[in-house]
Amino acid sequence: MNGLRNRLIRTADATAPLLFTVALFVIWEVVCRVFKVDPFILPAPSRIVEAMIRYWQPLLRHSFVTLWTTMVGFGLAVVFGVALGLVVGWSRTIYRSLYPVMIGFNTIPKVAVVPILVIWFGIGEVPAIITAFLISFFPIVVNVATGLATMEPELEDVLRALGARKLDIMLKVGIPRTLPYLYGSLKVAITLAFVGTVVSETIAANAGLGYLMVQAGSNFQMSLVFAGLIALAIEGIAMYAVFAYVERKSTRWAFRSSMSAGA
Amino acid sequence: MTPFVNIYRVTLTYRGSPGSAGVLALQDNSLQVERGEFAAVVGPSGCGKSTLMKLVTGLVRPDAGRIAVDGKEVAGPVKIVGMAFQNPNMLPWRTVLDNVMLPLEIVQPHRSRLRKEKKAYREKAEALLATVGLAGFGDRYPWQLSGGMQQRVSLCRALIHEPELLMLDEPFGALDAFTREELWCVLRDLWHKLGFTVILVTHDLREATFLADTVHVMSARPGRIVESRRIDLPRPRDIAVTYEPAFTGIVHDLRGKIAEVRQQA
Repeated sequence: MNGLRNRLIRTADATAPLLFTVALFVIWEVVCRVFKVDPFILPAPSRIVEAMIRYWQPLLRHSFVTLWTTMVGFGLAVVFGVALGLVVGWSRTIYRSLYPVMIGFNTIPKVAVVPILVIWFGIGEVPAIITAFLISFFPIVVNVATGLATMEPELEDVLRALGARKLDIMLKVGIPRTLPYLYGSLKVAITLAFVGTVVSETIAANAGLGYLMVQAGSNFQMSLVFAGLIALAIEGIAMYAVFAYVERKSTRWAFRSSMSAGA
Repeated sequence: MTPFVNIYRVTLTYRGSPGSAGVLALQDNSLQVERGEFAAVVGPSGCGKSTLMKLVTGLVRPDAGRIAVDGKEVAGPVKIVGMAFQNPNMLPWRTVLDNVMLPLEIVQPHRSRLRKEKKAYREKAEALLATVGLAGFGDRYPWQLSGGMQQRVSLCRALIHEPELLMLDEPFGALDAFTREELWCVLRDLWHKLGFTVILVTHDLREATFLADTVHVMSARPGRIVESRRIDLPRPRDIAVTYEPAFTGIVHDLRGKIAEVRQQA
């Protein structure tokens, strides 16, 4: 009896996200039909799917541009974010002196930077890459630095008393314990990177989903605009899932021990 | 003969932010521990007991006075020391065995030998785990172990490089009463077997009395040893000894002394 109940609960657990997503679209469709919502204001999912099928070639092409610019920007953010995070987390002095600058830097809305990037690099993929980089860089730095800075002082004492050098402590303790923080931040950073790319594309680009949506909007093709949105959501969820998977695989211990990573 | 650990008239002030006076943690504090002796330091909280640990291990330098371990002045990290704290401080991404072997990756000459003689070292670590009742637990992860078991692993890690001096900072403070008494016996047996010198910082007077040869009572901040009491209960001591009048008498005396130094604060 109980086994069956448990199995039912587990099945419900596994299928719930899918059911919820389907339900959302069904409700959307029903609301659009029942209240006869103007397709120019909010196209029903059926119309969006129609548009997706009709324009699948440009959608795919622009999706690909957005994907690769985001990944390049994100990749740069990982490389420089981890490097700076290690430097910042290494010493309290560096941490203290860089922190105000980084906070200030992060407070600037990245949209405001795009026009400058356009002047520097022209219209195209480069501003998108740099915007994606700028927006996803900060959470990585902060998380890596936090992972290092919150190392248990007693553990450091144990190792220092044994004659460990700073580098030993970093390699044996600091960096391994920072990994869950890093992977946690990657999930956040990849979604932010998409935001950066699309923001830049809507302002200054000749390709990419942001550009496609602006173009479609000015041609009053609302269902294509929404099709672009859906394509973006799919890309975002897919990349998030990839990094969530990597996180689970590579730092399983962090999910089991009491140490929880900040994301 | 000079004592194995000699803390002689040590004063230490923790400097806070520039401009503030700082905290006088220890003043004119002296403590001697013989080789192979089990010493316990008890005192009210905040009396600088943990500071004493940092001084002996060379993590902090005194402002005045001298500290010598094994006849040599402490002027930096002392490698013949093992340490364990209230928090077991396990590395959750390492197995129990790899946690125990961590000091071997740091301390010479093990550090350079470890790669070549991995198997011998692993066997040694496993043997040590067996002596604390954790035979066969080497492949587990720390989160699969209870608090008491983790503390046993922590003791093993403190002892794997065969230190001559074991420094313990309230190692059993976070455990329940039964587990704590169990671990007293584990520590007692390890000490009998391996013959290292111990300085145990604790605020559990029964623990200090049961385990130690000498109990040192420290005053409130600024800390200094105000009384050293030899515990002459015959060894080996069984846990039953803690219910005998002689034992409770000593605990009672120590308690009175602590109450006295707390009043003065």
